[in-house]
Amino acid sequence: MIEDRNAATAQGRPTLLDVDAVKMVYSSAHRTVEALGGVRFTVGDGEFVCIVGPSGAGKTTLLKCISGLLRPTGGTVRLEGTEVKAPPQAMALVFQDYARSLFPWMTVEANVELPLKQAGMARRQRRDLISSALADVGLTDVGSAYPWQLSGGMQQRVAIARAIAYRPRILVMDEPFAAVDAQTRADLEDLVRDLWHKLGVTVLFVTHDIDEAIYLGERVLALSASPTVVMDDIAIDLPDARDQIGTRSLSRFGELRKELYGQIQRARHTSG
Amino acid sequence: MRVLSRFLYAVALPCLLALGWWFASRGSQNFFFPPLSGILSAFADVWFSAKIVEDVLPSVLRLASGYLIAAGMGLALGVPIGLSTRLRAYVEPVLEFLRAIPPPVLVPILILFAGIGTTMKLMVIVSGCLWPVLLNTIEGVRGLDETLGATTRAYRFTRRGRLVHFILPGAAPLIFAGLRQSLSIGIILMVISEMFAASNGIGFTIVQFQRSFAIPEMWSGIILLGLVGFIFASVLGFVERRVLHWYFGLRAAERNDT
Repeated sequence: MIEDRNAATAQGRPTLLDVDAVKMVYSSAHRTVEALGGVRFTVGDGEFVCIVGPSGAGKTTLLKCISGLLRPTGGTVRLEGTEVKAPPQAMALVFQDYARSLFPWMTVEANVELPLKQAGMARRQRRDLISSALADVGLTDVGSAYPWQLSGGMQQRVAIARAIAYRPRILVMDEPFAAVDAQTRADLEDLVRDLWHKLGVTVLFVTHDIDEAIYLGERVLALSASPTVVMDDIAIDLPDARDQIGTRSLSRFGELRKELYGQIQRARHTSG
Repeated sequence: MRVLSRFLYAVALPCLLALGWWFASRGSQNFFFPPLSGILSAFADVWFSAKIVEDVLPSVLRLASGYLIAAGMGLALGVPIGLSTRLRAYVEPVLEFLRAIPPPVLVPILILFAGIGTTMKLMVIVSGCLWPVLLNTIEGVRGLDETLGATTRAYRFTRRGRLVHFILPGAAPLIFAGLRQSLSIGIILMVISEMFAASNGIGFTIVQFQRSFAIPEMWSGIILLGLVGFIFASVLGFVERRVLHWYFGLRAAERNDT
């Protein structure tokens, strides 16, 4: 099992997400800005792929195109072979700004339930999914609390519970832990790894933190500065069982870190 | 215990003011400022009678229905206008102009079109109550959080789901601010519409008393108006606390954070 994960890259598994030469050009009367300059990569079924890039690298724009919230001006995004033109049912999103992605007028349970209700799911099935999703993220007894009564880390757990209760094929996370403190962040990182193992869901995780990308991913894509392209695609050949102290002190971790860091630095210089 | 002390806080000042009025006016010989004791006994004589059905009820019903019509129209128009940048650009100057017209000046014109019946009085109330609700709804919908909006799209909410679970609750704090402004305008317009041309109503009765120099009775009508306004505001406050309890909790949580 462990060797299996390590050996696997996109080539080893059927393609789930295919991002094909995605371009995004914003044009106004005075100037045109090319945010995405033909981004191209694939994500295999069941993979954990991290995307790192310098700030201002159009990471959020790219995610909006992938999730169907924004139509790219060129290229296509395909999920399970079908072109993404609107947010697909097989995808769930976790935003960076947890405080603004949960509905403050609903309890935790209602927040997790609403997307299922909107999909027309029966009440019994909803109940089951809510309780197992909340248990999976370690929040069994706050179902009737409001999001703003919880800490930041717990709010982000609720957002993750909402995403996994939706039963997506792919979980897309946009810098989800950028706004929480270091200890909470480590806990949440391990939670996402655990969920990935347990649920077999594909994860596309965007971050600006190189260490986080290496610690979490099976593969790391490094983005250039805008107009954004994928500069590098690195397989993370670390053991599958990861822990915050052990994994981060491996010499291989340091080598990968150095390699990626160099890439990102180069990206910043070419932009400046 | 806390409920009791809050109740005592709430009634302390009104009691003091009433007592002050009672003693200051006691033995007053001024025809226009009769003793409070006289006003209160007139209050019982005048209003605890058939007048409750003949005058108070019609006024209250007109106010309630005019107010509810205005609130419904404000929401129905405000949501689409708030959602569309283009629509806003078209209608906002017109709305600001219409809002600036004081509704009482419309009364003579409305009488020409709608006569002096209930329709005219409702139109006067609606013409004043509409604007605070409408403009606040537009503002509330316009200011909805983008991340929450993206969430509703990413999770494929239906149109109805977006309206019920996102747009209306998200705009609710401002909508209620508008509803509160509208209520005070509505009470003023209820009285004004009855002073121009009417055969019943609290406003009509007050004017009748004033013209026939029944001064304690006139004062009792003014007190009744205050009470009606107070009751309407309490009902609205009750609804607001139920609907917006999350908002008050969120605000308190944010204050504790900083």
